Amino acid sequence: MSEAAREGIGQPVRRKEDFRFITGNGHYTDDISRPRQTYAYFLRSPHAHARIRAIDTSAAETAPGVVAVFTGRQVADDGLGGLICGWTVTSKDGTPMKVGPHPILALDTVRYVGDHVALVVAETLADARAAAELIEVDYEALPATVALDACQASDAAQVHAEAPRNTCFEWELGNKAETEAAFARAARVVKLDLTNNRLIPNAMEPRAAIGEYDKGSGIYTLHTTSQNPHVARLVLSAFVGVAPEHKLRVIAPDVGGGFGSKIFIYAEETACVWAAAKVGRPIKWTGDRSEAFLSDAHGRDHLSHAELALDPDGKFLGLRVKTVANLGAYLSTFSAAVPTYLYGTLLSGQYDIPAIHVEVDGVYTHTAPVDAYRGAGRPEATYLLERIVETAARETGIDPAEIRRRNFIRSFPHQTPVIMNYDAGDYQASLDAALEEIDYRGFAARKSEAAKRGKLRGIGISSYIEACGLAPSAAVGSLGAGVGLWESAEVRVNPTGNVEVLTGSHSHGQGHETTFAQLVASRLGIPISNVEIVHGDTDKVQFGMGTYGSRSGAVGMSAIDKALDKIEAKAKKIAAHLMEAAVEDITFENGAFTVQGTDKSLVWAEVSLAAYTAHGFPAGEIEPGLKEGAFYDPTNFTFPAGAHICEVEVDPDTGIAEIVKFVAVDDFGTIINPMIVEGQVHGGIAQGIGQALLEHGVYDPTSGQLVTGSYMDYCMPRADDLPSFTLGFTKTICPSNPLGMKGCGEAGAIASPPAVINAVTDALGIRDIEMPATPARIWQALQSAAPRAAAE
Amino acid sequence: MSVVSMTVNGKPASADVEARTLLVQFIREQLGLTGTHVGCDTSQCGACVVHVDGRAVKSCTMLAVQAEGADILTIEGLAKNGELHPVQAAFREHHGLQCGFCTPGMIMTAVDMIRRIPELDEETVRDELEGNICRCTGYHNIVKAILAASQEMR
Repeated sequence: MSEAAREGIGQPVRRKEDFRFITGNGHYTDDISRPRQTYAYFLRSPHAHARIRAIDTSAAETAPGVVAVFTGRQVADDGLGGLICGWTVTSKDGTPMKVGPHPILALDTVRYVGDHVALVVAETLADARAAAELIEVDYEALPATVALDACQASDAAQVHAEAPRNTCFEWELGNKAETEAAFARAARVVKLDLTNNRLIPNAMEPRAAIGEYDKGSGIYTLHTTSQNPHVARLVLSAFVGVAPEHKLRVIAPDVGGGFGSKIFIYAEETACVWAAAKVGRPIKWTGDRSEAFLSDAHGRDHLSHAELALDPDGKFLGLRVKTVANLGAYLSTFSAAVPTYLYGTLLSGQYDIPAIHVEVDGVYTHTAPVDAYRGAGRPEATYLLERIVETAARETGIDPAEIRRRNFIRSFPHQTPVIMNYDAGDYQASLDAALEEIDYRGFAARKSEAAKRGKLRGIGISSYIEACGLAPSAAVGSLGAGVGLWESAEVRVNPTGNVEVLTGSHSHGQGHETTFAQLVASRLGIPISNVEIVHGDTDKVQFGMGTYGSRSGAVGMSAIDKALDKIEAKAKKIAAHLMEAAVEDITFENGAFTVQGTDKSLVWAEVSLAAYTAHGFPAGEIEPGLKEGAFYDPTNFTFPAGAHICEVEVDPDTGIAEIVKFVAVDDFGTIINPMIVEGQVHGGIAQGIGQALLEHGVYDPTSGQLVTGSYMDYCMPRADDLPSFTLGFTKTICPSNPLGMKGCGEAGAIASPPAVINAVTDALGIRDIEMPATPARIWQALQSAAPRAAAE
Repeated sequence: MSVVSMTVNGKPASADVEARTLLVQFIREQLGLTGTHVGCDTSQCGACVVHVDGRAVKSCTMLAVQAEGADILTIEGLAKNGELHPVQAAFREHHGLQCGFCTPGMIMTAVDMIRRIPELDEETVRDELEGNICRCTGYHNIVKAILAASQEMR
């Protein structure tokens, strides 16, 4: 096997980026220091809801080391706009969503604990922190709206005057009349109330920013922890008005995880780059973990009622869903899209459901903004559907695997009643593989063996689908997106034959420097060490939409592939000229250009050098140089799908649910690097298990204080909370992109929570348990079930 | 302010620090060794683990002045003469890292774990990692990497 083949598509190539990370030579934002930099500290609201009567910053301004103190007043006086939501959702009555203002620093009202009140800039962080203590804010504390089930009450405290009953939008999707009709002829209706618990993303690197301003050029530079630096620049320029786009450079260097939380444009980063011009020195801010808990956008937080209509054979006839989705105190960058177009559109799951109707109320509460977190809307849809399907299986007495089989979509393309057009898949194949791997038939024996040890054993299936590869620009545009979701790439071939690839995707753990290089190596027949992937700097990469929604492979790599097509076409023209042959007669394989049917051949490096020496190129026919760009706009979403099965053992004395086996079989289409893909699945499953058993963002319902604001209170999954995972893959090629890829980043987090909860409820013999199924909740469920069981 | 002196990665290091300066701040800010990370403010995440006199310590849990005279090893000092330490090599070989932020702390913890416990099994490794949080990998490949390195170093 040649070196290029060993590093090509489908190979588990070890990562190029690892060397710097395992030797401590990564460059995360906080690792960067700029000459004469100052330090920022944000004074935050201690109240969930309060009016600011006055702010006195005079003592802080004269405190040791203080350079400047800024409040919302100065931001407003400078004409800066507020933060925006880039997606407009329209209510069923035709009115646009009701958006309250989202100032960078609060003006007269604070709306959640952690809301930004003032920025202190000082010579050291300690000085800034100490000075913030001296700021006197005269708050008039007001009642707060915290509980999701009470926020739409007429007497609930209003978060924004613009949104009566704290309702931002009342959205619906699907055909209500057809769905009603389906329920009218149903043999059985299964009903379930579900809570999708609030999560706090917790990328291990806290958010950070360094704002700078160069007086000579008038150019601002922002180093920041972003998944999409170009989107950040666009928002900061076009909407907030920090600086014109060509005078603002945004750099996202090594970023320590994102999971959605670093998509968004936040107040801290914005304030630092704006204030840098005011103080004439760089300003550095690094959030501490407590600030991350308070002010990073949270995820999930739904209350739903679902009903599934079945015929006498267990065939699904219709699904109706009513969901209340928490948006927090302000709309964040994509928050309106998450509980609507990323949620309702996936409610058909892997099943042929003829009629679906979903209503979603997006509501404001006095809590941190809620936006996309790994999976974003799709985990909520999958949880709802896989829980109600499981419940239907139990109520009808049909085996949970069998009821899924009876309802699987089997022919493609398949148009669901909720927008999505599934292009390819084989759901039975992944379920069968997963059942085989976990030895589904042997479960009964394992259950009785466990019972002899005093343990309650349960098994749970989750057959999931997601829409990834976000997304066709025309489709998202018609649904309310303010942007297109294509991706860009530029391939620069140097005279010596090595290659730089500029991509609008951003890697913050996904290994793009390796997988993207594998594609280039496969196409050009060169080693990956000769390929440099450049990303995360608006001065280098012209534009890009960034990384989220499992889009970097399907969309970002497709853009690279398209640019490589152009590179190959031009290189062939140069080779034809050099070998005095017709371009149609040139073949390019394994890094060699050959005149078909002859032994005339040139290697890649010879052609790339010739592109730049350009000696004797026929004028007007071949331009010197070898550099091509491409924009790729997908024609459809991609539809990764699969089956995850979880087996748990519950200790009835302690309530602890131990995951004894977890099997995931996923269909991601073409896989570039199986090692990296498996890693993505592992991480996703861990976050899903975290949601199911451990993690819960909790606010005090009266005061609105975040009671899970540290790693002592918010249970992050540790190594000893998790098992090793058993993975498998099936493959149907995605027809909508040139590489056949579907995306793998979110699958684990989407699929696993219902698998775990289906297993836990199976073990306990109960209908439902709220996530996270903590030992306390499980123990309580067992205690309340016990007298019933005894009575029966 | 007081002068604190110690050996860091085999070289003498000395600086004038405030009494409240944490060891991790001294390492990152005074010495510019930014491979040691800070991921929380309650001494739970373990991103800041270094070795103090050969033992894994969360460098956010001690003051720089408490390390007076100590021998400190950070992630930057682990590879010798351009050769990766077996634990570093195993993390790469087994894809035990994704975003890389928790990695320095994980590796320093693992090196100490392997030194202390010659016969590691999966359960012990998972138990021992209680003080190191990773959000990317689900720990699957970290555990694999540590077990492999432990075998290799036996």
